[in-house]
Amino acid sequence: MKNGFVKKALAVLTAAVMTAALTACGGAAPAPAAQTSAEAGPAAEAAESAGGAIKIGGSGPLTGGAAVYGQAVKLAAEIAVEEINAKGGLQFELNFQDDAHDPEKAVTSYGVLKDWGMQVSLATVTSAPGAAVSQMYKDDNIFGITPSGSSLAVIYQDPDNAANPYGNVFQMCFTDPNQGVASADYFAGHPDLGSKIAVIYKNDDNYSSGIFAKFKAQAETNGLEIVYEGTFDDSNASDFSVQLTKAQAAEADIVYLPIYYDPASLILTQANQMGYAPTFFGTDGMDGILTLEGFDTSFAEGVYLLTPFSADADDDLTKNFVESYKARKGGEVPNQFAADAYDCVYAIAQACEAAGVTADMSASDICDALVKQFTSMTFAGLTGQSTWAESGEVSKSPKAVVIKDGVYVSAD
Amino acid sequence: MRTENTTGKTAISLFDAAHRGRTASFALVILLYAVLRAMQAGGGLSSLFTSLLVPVTCYIVAAIGLNLNVGVSGELNLGQAGFMSVGAFTAVCVSGRLAATLPVPALRLVIAIILGAAAAALFGFLIGIPVLKLQGDYLAIVTLAFGQIIKSLITNMYLGFDANGFQFSFVENKCKLEPGGKMLLNGPMGATGTERIATFTAGTVLIIAALFIVYNLIYSKSGRAIMAARDNRIAAELTGINISSTKMLSFVVSAGLAGSAGALYGLNYSTLVPNKFDFNTSILILVYVVLGGLGNMTGTIISTIVLVLLPELLRSLQDYRMLIYAVVLIMIMLLTNNEKVKTFFKTVRSRFVKTAAAGGKEAA
Repeated sequence: MKNGFVKKALAVLTAAVMTAALTACGGAAPAPAAQTSAEAGPAAEAAESAGGAIKIGGSGPLTGGAAVYGQAVKLAAEIAVEEINAKGGLQFELNFQDDAHDPEKAVTSYGVLKDWGMQVSLATVTSAPGAAVSQMYKDDNIFGITPSGSSLAVIYQDPDNAANPYGNVFQMCFTDPNQGVASADYFAGHPDLGSKIAVIYKNDDNYSSGIFAKFKAQAETNGLEIVYEGTFDDSNASDFSVQLTKAQAAEADIVYLPIYYDPASLILTQANQMGYAPTFFGTDGMDGILTLEGFDTSFAEGVYLLTPFSADADDDLTKNFVESYKARKGGEVPNQFAADAYDCVYAIAQACEAAGVTADMSASDICDALVKQFTSMTFAGLTGQSTWAESGEVSKSPKAVVIKDGVYVSAD
Repeated sequence: MRTENTTGKTAISLFDAAHRGRTASFALVILLYAVLRAMQAGGGLSSLFTSLLVPVTCYIVAAIGLNLNVGVSGELNLGQAGFMSVGAFTAVCVSGRLAATLPVPALRLVIAIILGAAAAALFGFLIGIPVLKLQGDYLAIVTLAFGQIIKSLITNMYLGFDANGFQFSFVENKCKLEPGGKMLLNGPMGATGTERIATFTAGTVLIIAALFIVYNLIYSKSGRAIMAARDNRIAAELTGINISSTKMLSFVVSAGLAGSAGALYGLNYSTLVPNKFDFNTSILILVYVVLGGLGNMTGTIISTIVLVLLPELLRSLQDYRMLIYAVVLIMIMLLTNNEKVKTFFKTVRSRFVKTAAAGGKEAA
């Protein structure tokens, strides 16, 4: 009898411990953030002393293949939050979760952030996870602005027709179609660059194939001649001699590269070895090529790119940001992902101040106030002057720059 | 199976050695479902756990399927994610196509899961025809390749649907949809804008169905043939068992279960990318199976739950969480093979069973 009692007691105890563990993890939603905020990184510590801080959530790849982008965004957002908190006034607190560029992990990250009590969000860094959580931001009516989720699926429920926007998810970067159209328009407006266009794009990447699709359509409208379309994917992103030889054989004098700077640097190097020197034209993914380790920047001379941000600009805002970023990241120069994230936080701060948002307001009230502010305000940041449409799409003009003597020079 | 004969056909003993695992599996699933549902109703379940409910059930079903293949049939399959992918994209397309005509989500979910499972089973059958006739590790090699091929194929597939019907193109998107049309598959972007119709209840029903199928197969004549073929191929052949067709049976069922798991998974997210079902996902499911115990379905369920939850619960450790996850994995592998730990668990289990049996007698 005694033995049986001990066993029963043990069983009950085990069950109780397990339930307690589950609810301890589970019951965080209504609890004060005092404990959880300690985990939210250095940005949170400053905010804690000031009491009520507005909670900014966000997720991005901090591990895995796309980790560079997530880490850049996280660091830049931390810098922005620290700067704003140091000024006094409205205080913010940042909690940035790892989603490993996976929609599934982005959804669980969203759960973590919601349990933490997120009031405003930087949504996600990359597009596919962004498309997975936008519906949740809509359902819970939490305001989100993504620094770099550029696909239409991030802001539209029906991305195929660019219709039915979520309305409370905004973008800080250009949408992919926007860049393709802007590139095609630039070629049409500058016939001196050349008339025969070759495109090399990455066909297993949303960003690249999204830009290319719109570029092709707009090129047809503008009467441009595309003489060669080359593709590559993750598995063969190291050798581009085939694509370059074909582009050369097709006598292309412009090679359009709507791809990120890593493969682009290889293309530039290999073209140089072949002695093939057309005008290379990149999109904002090309930004960062001048700071790539082990890349001879002389190969990038004369390369055009569309970018909203240039780390070499000499205004105070850019200089300060680049300096503090470098100091925190061992001398690494920030790319446009970082700049977009920095702008996101400042845009949220500006809108919160203008709308009189306070930390004790509910996420849903803040969302309604911010949507009103964002669709009516103009924001000036690292990436230029931005305004937003009701769909959440940003409107700012992509600047074409050309690389001369290792720095960006305006190409207009 | 002698126990079954002695106890009679009507009263199947739940606690005898042969069926204890089965009882435990069903009891565990039903108990967990009841507890989680109660917590959800009481508001005690956090957003994080709520968001994990459906994916965990998906991984459990896929792992049960793989355990049938790896544990019971003894064939190594490195492409379970490929079958999930087939099921997931089939289901997403079916659900997207039917969204307008069939407004009942539950019915659409059932149709999508059945078709997803059927599509994956068909692929399993086609792969099995040549490969399962061979001896050796060929299935591992071929399923590994299959997973990669499926990923590449879906990455390059474009399937649109509008008022005029379907449009399909490969490598380059040539679909010109009328306004109001919908891209069901959009190349590397996969499927976007999927209506999220998967539910935890559906997932639990799927697990129970999977357990039902697997246990009935194991305890049937075919199941004994499968295990005989695993343990001694020559002896099994001599008794007249057709090795390739028994192996085919378990492989096709395994693929079908993965397909149904994928279908549920695909319908739980508004976006689904082909890259999700890569080699890493296949290995992850294999890890669930191996750590849970080959042929042990209850173990598979527990290990899947623990290993899916673990990285999420370690989030507070920030940068160190994947490191700790790896250390925990290695620890589990070492500890479950440690003789002392094994003996400890054995004594605990035998005591537990004794009390359960005693309890059963008292109740009777």
